[in-house]
Amino acid sequence: MQKFITNNLARLGPLLGLILIMVVLGFASDNFFTLDNILNLLRQISINALIAFGMTFVILTGGIDLSVGSMLAFGSALTAGVLASGMDPILGVLIGLLAGLAMGAFNGVVITKGKVAPFIATLATMTIFRGATLVYTDGRPITGLSESFVFEMIGQGYVFGVPFPAILMVAVFFILFLILNKTVFGRKVYAIGGNEEASILSGIKADRAKIWVYALTGMLSVLAGIILTSRLNSAQPTAGSMYELDAIAAVVLGGTSLAGGRGRITGTLIGALIIGVLDNGLNLMNVSSFYQQIVKGGVILLAVLLDRRSK
Amino acid sequence: MSDKPFVSMEGIDKSFSGNQVLKDVRFSLIPGEVHALMGENGAGKSTLIKILTGIHGKDAGTIEVKGKEQNFSSPKEAEKDGIVVIHQELNIIPYLTVTQNMFLGKELTWGKTGILRQKEMYEQTKRNLAMLGVEDIDPNETAGDLSVGKQQMIEIARALSTKAEMIVMDEPTAALTDKEIENLFSVIRSLQSQNVAVVYISHRMEEIFNICDRITVLRDGEYAGMKVLNETSFDEIVKMMVGRELGDRFPERNHQLGETIFEVKNLEREGHFKDVSFDVKAGEILGVAGLMGAGRTEIMETIFGAAKRKAGEILIDGTPISIRDPSDAIKAGIGFITEDRKNEGLVLHLSIRENIALTNLKSVSEKGWMSHKKEQQLVEKLVEKLHVRTTGAEQDVQSLSGGNQQKVVIAKWLGIQPKVLILDEPTRGVDIGAKKEIYHIINELTEKGVAILMVSSELPEILGVSDRIMVIHEGELASILDGKEANQEMIMKAATGGEYRAEIHNE
Repeated sequence: MQKFITNNLARLGPLLGLILIMVVLGFASDNFFTLDNILNLLRQISINALIAFGMTFVILTGGIDLSVGSMLAFGSALTAGVLASGMDPILGVLIGLLAGLAMGAFNGVVITKGKVAPFIATLATMTIFRGATLVYTDGRPITGLSESFVFEMIGQGYVFGVPFPAILMVAVFFILFLILNKTVFGRKVYAIGGNEEASILSGIKADRAKIWVYALTGMLSVLAGIILTSRLNSAQPTAGSMYELDAIAAVVLGGTSLAGGRGRITGTLIGALIIGVLDNGLNLMNVSSFYQQIVKGGVILLAVLLDRRSK
Repeated sequence: MSDKPFVSMEGIDKSFSGNQVLKDVRFSLIPGEVHALMGENGAGKSTLIKILTGIHGKDAGTIEVKGKEQNFSSPKEAEKDGIVVIHQELNIIPYLTVTQNMFLGKELTWGKTGILRQKEMYEQTKRNLAMLGVEDIDPNETAGDLSVGKQQMIEIARALSTKAEMIVMDEPTAALTDKEIENLFSVIRSLQSQNVAVVYISHRMEEIFNICDRITVLRDGEYAGMKVLNETSFDEIVKMMVGRELGDRFPERNHQLGETIFEVKNLEREGHFKDVSFDVKAGEILGVAGLMGAGRTEIMETIFGAAKRKAGEILIDGTPISIRDPSDAIKAGIGFITEDRKNEGLVLHLSIRENIALTNLKSVSEKGWMSHKKEQQLVEKLVEKLHVRTTGAEQDVQSLSGGNQQKVVIAKWLGIQPKVLILDEPTRGVDIGAKKEIYHIINELTEKGVAILMVSSELPEILGVSDRIMVIHEGELASILDGKEANQEMIMKAATGGEYRAEIHNE
């Protein structure tokens, strides 16, 4: 019974933290708990959350993906390029997503078949994909995208007053939640992260599963990039740099172990919310962006320290 | 041998969060004796040692060392009074040299400068190793390159360098070759002659009768008795341990051998073994014997597709099957209970349910979606069938005892309803009660016509359960013996390539 309570307290930790931060910010700023601000917040976090969802899968298998920001940039640029050339926007989005899938799968193949440590492999591809983006864009932003309603909808649209990116994020969250908790694939992800050797000897094709996990992350990163591109109505070759850090932070804040095998995607959603709420609330309070970084880092450190304490 | 005890523990009680694990336990150790500490897993052996060395505090009782009451607060303090524990998992840092390991944490320096006195430490290491009769270990060698047996010698030498008067050895032979065991025993005897007392914790009855003078048995956290070994018998000890007559050590088998269902032809793996051919009939147990490192495990891994084979064919029911990875082997109906259950058999922090489901993902899912109901049914059925002692299927496997963990591993593989089941050291680190249950499970499988391949380093076990015994010597099949006619000498002779000297293993 005691174990049951401590277990669930550990699970609730991130949520309690989020509520605490929200209450504090609610007192500090009158504008925080307005409907507009909350909806705005959900839109703001959608980009980081989508990347962090993929990162959750990767970290659960015991890996890491540093190349998410670069994949985001390349996928965005490719999509923007297709759109600028006047092709169908849906086709452009699909091409971008496929490119993300391919880049992620490449990461996966290097890591599994090439037996390169995920940190090193994705550190290298981070540079490669960024370089490829700069080559493709010639180092300049791609502008003059089509005036397509569909494409503008992705990043700027509203459905019944709710920002479309927020809806997209919630939908993707539910799909990934089901995959992770209700499918054979999800079970394999946890098993591989918990003990890869035992999983392989149990007949699980670990390499195949891991390649899919990295491919999924590539695709989700590009999806985040497409939202960004649609919002800005242009693709920046430097887009997404350092995004891997916020994504990893969200996963860790959500209680997922960097050693793999343990964690939940719900935690990641809460982690992304914590980061988003901090950014948003500190902005409302007119805290300088210099101090914001210190506060953000401090909260991450505090969360991890508390987590250690409870173990 | 003086009769004044070096250590004397009386009336020791200990509870962990309301759960009493030791109750009125006593233990005494005389200088120069080898004293076995025995009991099933969970009987309280490790807790008793941890209380002695100050890792846990006791709730009641007294501990006297050299006639003086002592309550150590840490193993370091116990070490000052001459008590050293050598754990099953050795404390060796593989990248450091033998000398560096030997002086770890107590390096000799020039005053307080932190500058090392390399030469002196080298010389002293050399002397310590020579004292144990293991001059062939070079103090400058990297410790990780040495065999487990030699690494253990480093630990013993390290213990001696701290002027240990009492050395606790926890399952010291679990990973040793027979030669290394002989070597360890002669070292223990020489320690004895230097008046060092040894506490010998082991599940291996033969070794205890071979090397120990007295034995203290614990059962369910209570003192079950102390005996002088040459005044007692195997059966008496077992009875003390389990609290009842266990009957035959190896259960009776009545089964019919069927057709040959499993064949291996000319199997070869680069650098490990070559030209291995054998077959197993339905309902037959083929024991696989050999020295540590002979290639037994490697053969099993290769059959299962966990390692690449260079040549050879594998046939089930007369049809050649292509095995490129473990999932192919499982599809063909082969199960593999690995030797190392913690690293290869289980995902330790997952539940019993999740571990059992791991090999059965196909049968507990529909179109890629897990079926909670099917999973629950399969797991409940297997947990009940194998009598896994647990609070429920959601319990983490890491909190189970060794014997129950092993049952979960077996359950995993029974789920696939194998035609051929490979068991690699299935009873290692498993207490005597659970051992017998495992033999029963194996027997039930043979009655259903499963072909069994069982690797074991315990000769009595191999002899007790096998229909035929395949002996491997340095990567080659040395001989296949009939289970009824074979004896320890015949196996050892084949396993050593004929160099075996019978007198050493006679008890």
